[in-house]
Amino acid sequence: MIKVSGLTKKFNNFLAVDNISFDVAAGEIFAFLGPNGAGKTTTIKMLTTLLAPTSGRIEINGADPATDQEAVRRAFGIVFQDPSLDDELTAWENLEFHGVLYGVPRDLGRKRAEELLKFVELWERRNDLVKNFSGGMKRRLEIARGLLHHPKIFFLDEPTQGLDPQTRNHIWEYIKNLNKTENITVFFTTHYMDEAERACLPAGKVAIMDHGKIIAAGTPAQLKKQTKKTSMEDAFLTLTGHAIRDEEAGAIDHLRAGARMWGRRR
Amino acid sequence: MNAIYILWLRQLKRYLRSRSRIVGSLGQPILFLVALGFGFGPVFQKAGAGNYLEFLAPGVVAMAVLFTSVFTGIEIIWDRQFGFLKETLVAPVSRLSIMIGRTAGGATVATLQGVIVLVIATLAGFRPVSLWSVIPAILIMILTATLFTALGTAIASVLEDMQGFQLIMNFLIMPLFFLSGALFPLSNLPGALEVVVKIDPLSYGVDGLRQTLTGAGYFPLSLDLLVLCGVTVALLVLGSWLFSKIQI
Ligand SMILES: Nc1ncnc2c1ncn2[C@@H]1O[C@H](COP(=O)(O)OP(=O)(O)OP(=O)(O)O)[C@@H](O)[C@H]1O
Ligand SMILES: [Mg+2]
Repeated sequence: MIKVSGLTKKFNNFLAVDNISFDVAAGEIFAFLGPNGAGKTTTIKMLTTLLAPTSGRIEINGADPATDQEAVRRAFGIVFQDPSLDDELTAWENLEFHGVLYGVPRDLGRKRAEELLKFVELWERRNDLVKNFSGGMKRRLEIARGLLHHPKIFFLDEPTQGLDPQTRNHIWEYIKNLNKTENITVFFTTHYMDEAERACLPAGKVAIMDHGKIIAAGTPAQLKKQTKKTSMEDAFLTLTGHAIRDEEAGAIDHLRAGARMWGRRR
Repeated sequence: MNAIYILWLRQLKRYLRSRSRIVGSLGQPILFLVALGFGFGPVFQKAGAGNYLEFLAPGVVAMAVLFTSVFTGIEIIWDRQFGFLKETLVAPVSRLSIMIGRTAGGATVATLQGVIVLVIATLAGFRPVSLWSVIPAILIMILTATLFTALGTAIASVLEDMQGFQLIMNFLIMPLFFLSGALFPLSNLPGALEVVVKIDPLSYGVDGLRQTLTGAGYFPLSLDLLVLCGVTVALLVLGSWLFSKIQI
């Protein structure tokens, strides 16, 4: 369903994604893990046509994002790491907007919007402006929106950040259920190792990325065995080391701030 | 087609919901009408140039259209910063449709704003030659609004955040306005200024409005229309191209 080979992204000489390759089969749940600044979001942006790769090949549901963007865009739904709702619209209007952009027939769109809003427990608040929502409510709405057009692939970039354990479980249950009943492929990132492990049960795979490279891949059980650790968190730390990645990101952020004003074409 | 409509509708909803913005953006035109219109009125009259309010009102309408349309065009920067732009960019809709929908929305909002200012000017004592003249005037407003929304979009596609906004305001939008003949007559200008005024596309919008509303103009109306249409098409093409290059 997702095929990536030799994918590379350079931001003026900084290698954010360094020649990575992996495959995700249809119906698989795939966890994309790595410390801050590893290149996970950058990879997702390339997979979802938001960013052009420096080199490498991508295939999403059989289509190439470089040449057939529309087919690629039709195939996936996404929850971005950063907020992406229109605060000045209501929850309902945000879904309506999405449905129209994705060409979901009107009645079907309404039916699904109602279902999804009920599921994320925002139905009663559907006519409130999103700017009055809490962080968790916004997140839930974004998840509902990403599913509105019934995508074949669902990208989730840290979908559960800032959510309480109740909501987290609730949402994963729903996603896993969708995966089972509709065979939807799930590609997600998270910093919670136990969450990654549980989401991947029973047959999902994990790839661990660090400094732009994939340094390990396999099922959670395989990774634990490989590192001789009993928990996924220990296995992760063994693979990626204990150093905190902030400093480096800080320097890059400075560079970015400088380059930002006159948005360079990258 | 539906995509264009929903993008247009979104702009409109956002506009109608931000009452403070509507009122806030009317402050400036009213100030211009009152301070300049009544302040310079006597001098203008003595110089034998007629009623200044009559002369100024179309210029102030053009000003409202200019500012509102550039702002709504530049709103893309906001969308980028608040993240909503990503939602539109990953949708299976061509960038051209997104650009058209947004531009149509921005132009509608700016035209509405222009009409409101025209009404206010009438309350202040401005009289169009006839009620019918308002219809071609609105047409000119739509053209001017489209032109400058496309300009705003083009700028916003190149700018990544609001830091550059002040620069654009002071070195592009303000000059466009002050050098457009919105405030002063174009006859007998010093040579250099005359050249600049003729390059400024807003001059033709102002002149078109003045001609349709008061009957007095500087350029032939056909030239106004030709320039406005030509520049609009050019900026739409440029804006779509720059917009299609946006990466996040
Ligand atoms: N537009 C950009 N210009 C320059 N550098 C960038 C840009 N986008 C990302 N980077 C850099 O690329 C690297 C990878 O960033 P990315 O956002 O992909 O990391 P991530 O794995 O998603 O991290 P996190 O877990 O913190 O979300 C970082 O060092 C980041 O600073
Ligand atoms: Mg990230």
